[in-house]
Amino acid sequence: MAIDPATPDTTGTGAIREAGGDVPAAVGPDGRPAAGIGPYRLGLRRLRRNKVALAFGALFLVIVVLCLAAPLYADHVAHTGPNDNHVTEQVTVRGEQKDVVSPAGLPIGPTWQGRFLLGADQNGRDLAVRLLYGGRNSLQVGFVATLITMVLATIVGICAGYFRGAVDGVLARILDLIWAYPVVLLGIALGTSLALGGITIGPLELSGNSLYVPAAIIGIVYIPYVAKPIRGQVLGLREKEFVDAARVQGASSLHIMSREILPNVASTLIVFLPLMVANAILLEAALSYLGAGIQPPNPSWGTMISDGIRLIPSAIHLTFVPGAMLVLAVLGINVFGDGVRDALDPRARVRISAAREEKISDEAMEATVEH
Amino acid sequence: MTAAPLLEVEHLQLYFPIRRGVIVDRTIGHVHAVDDVSLSLGEGETLGIVGESGCGKTTLSRAIVRLLEPTGGAIRFRGREITRAGRRELAPVRRELQMVFQDPQASLNPRKRVGQIVGAPLVLHGVKGAAVERRVRELLGRVGLNPEHVNRFPHEFSGGQRQRIGIARALAVEPKLMMLDEPVSALDVSIQAQVINLLDDLQDEFGLAYVFVAHDLSVVRHVSDRIAVMYLGKIVESSPAEELYTKPIHPYTVGLLGAIPIPDPRQNRARRRLVVAGEPPNPIEPPSGCRFRTRCPRATDVCAAVEPQLTEYAGGHVAACHHPLNVTDAEIAAARRSPLSPLSSGDQLPQPHASLPGGDAAEVAAEG
Repeated sequence: MAIDPATPDTTGTGAIREAGGDVPAAVGPDGRPAAGIGPYRLGLRRLRRNKVALAFGALFLVIVVLCLAAPLYADHVAHTGPNDNHVTEQVTVRGEQKDVVSPAGLPIGPTWQGRFLLGADQNGRDLAVRLLYGGRNSLQVGFVATLITMVLATIVGICAGYFRGAVDGVLARILDLIWAYPVVLLGIALGTSLALGGITIGPLELSGNSLYVPAAIIGIVYIPYVAKPIRGQVLGLREKEFVDAARVQGASSLHIMSREILPNVASTLIVFLPLMVANAILLEAALSYLGAGIQPPNPSWGTMISDGIRLIPSAIHLTFVPGAMLVLAVLGINVFGDGVRDALDPRARVRISAAREEKISDEAMEATVEH
Repeated sequence: MTAAPLLEVEHLQLYFPIRRGVIVDRTIGHVHAVDDVSLSLGEGETLGIVGESGCGKTTLSRAIVRLLEPTGGAIRFRGREITRAGRRELAPVRRELQMVFQDPQASLNPRKRVGQIVGAPLVLHGVKGAAVERRVRELLGRVGLNPEHVNRFPHEFSGGQRQRIGIARALAVEPKLMMLDEPVSALDVSIQAQVINLLDDLQDEFGLAYVFVAHDLSVVRHVSDRIAVMYLGKIVESSPAEELYTKPIHPYTVGLLGAIPIPDPRQNRARRRLVVAGEPPNPIEPPSGCRFRTRCPRATDVCAAVEPQLTEYAGGHVAACHHPLNVTDAEIAAARRSPLSPLSSGDQLPQPHASLPGGDAAEVAAEG
């Protein structure tokens, strides 16, 4: 083999142009090499081209903003709170005096004006106000639950995949235990028991009607759905040579897990994030509908549907309004989440959709629709 | 080798257990990946380790840097025993003992910028702040990369450039010994030459010692002071670099040399070669006696019965063969048992040529 010491080494300075086809421009406007383009920047570019996903993301964002603005709406437009009772009152609709709730017990329909914009429920409460406040609760539970799922699933998944052996065995059995129950069934069981007693974990005390009880339940129920794929990914990553390289440098296991492995599963976590929010919102609605989630009189989309179900023939707006809101919110974040996934991790498409179709969405959906 | 060697490996064994079982795993056998290997390396020296796939050379290099737990034997670095040292005990050794990996793609974390990758060992060994950044730029420049590229990601570099990043990372903490695990196998031939030249320059500049693992005798020829040939977990021959090419003693080495193509087709066709046929035997149950006997054209009964000792000939040339090539009877008579010999080997000197049928194969090898 010819090893010619005189061969000039040009690969060092020519840099990126030789590196491969789809690498973007290497040189910044001032002629100096630009900072590298990371996987997230590339993903963001791809996402920006996906107009549909962005539109649905915007839809979800609008819903979130509206729900956050609920107190403003209640104070300045509707002039009533989410739990304020107006059964005996009357309201002026286009110059006409109408009962908020008729003597027969039928609530007023949409008035399309400040007060009772979307009508009232059978207790004479402003449906629009309750819708927004309910959205706050639903979204809050959804986000908190997702946060719990993500944090715990990441820790469990990385530990199980990294340490393997006994640690993996114990963690995997616990996950299997959670996985073995249908999510809704487990949610109801935990929900009804915890709603009575509340949770006490050390200094942390949650009363039974706290918002964080359903959030904790939903968060825990979904852990296996995220932890298992993470574990699988970590099993592969830990054998990569860059992990060996870190070990040769003297890195501890904690360092390797947090600095070498975590950044590599981060994109999976980001992909899971919107999908888990959607699932958590759906499961919250299902549990609240069944009385195991947010406790009345606190509004949530699920409890509102549950409240209105008996009046479907005469006052369909009671179920239709929160139902439509639920569908729009979940649809928005789901489509956006799909866009994020395609942008960030094109290869994950098969993996995730398979897991999702099997388990998550079906059960939660069925539960909300069935009754 | 003068003074105290930088690295000493004595009778190192590394077996991978094979477990099988329905509920409780039982160990039903072992893969003898590294079986009683001894070697030593002085400061600034290069030891080439060559052998075919699965002979245990990568396992050996990983065991030396303690990525794998040795089953038996001892590893000493500057006289300090590190065979069983824990992570904290190893920390000062890690500073001087670094590794460059085979796959430049897999050995760089795709989610980290080059600056973070090269700076990681510095940070782990307590360097802080702007000093890291300065050192990283200096290192990148030294290995022939543009220091402005610190913020790039590995996927933005070519294979050769990535391997330079891996070298810069290993170089960061100013090691004394670098394990090079097939550092150029994944690269194009032209790039291989550049990287090898870089390694050569770095060795001169920093007084590095290398253990250079390769499956290709032609690659290690130019960089090695000594070359060891491994077969099925054992060292079968070890000699000063040039001598291995001009005077190979072990039939396996001769076979390996014969596998190097000569760039002239007429010469290539004309030469007589000792062809090593077949596959290496199963390392779970290696053959008795000499492990090469199942594929060796010169094997006799003694090869099955007695494991050959490593015989030390003149000039520090060591080979484990009962029927050596390219040595005269006088040389055999002057040889002695090498202290590097496996513990289980017999202690008889190789047999003189007269006792061997078809001793003419001796001429086969001696060409570059």
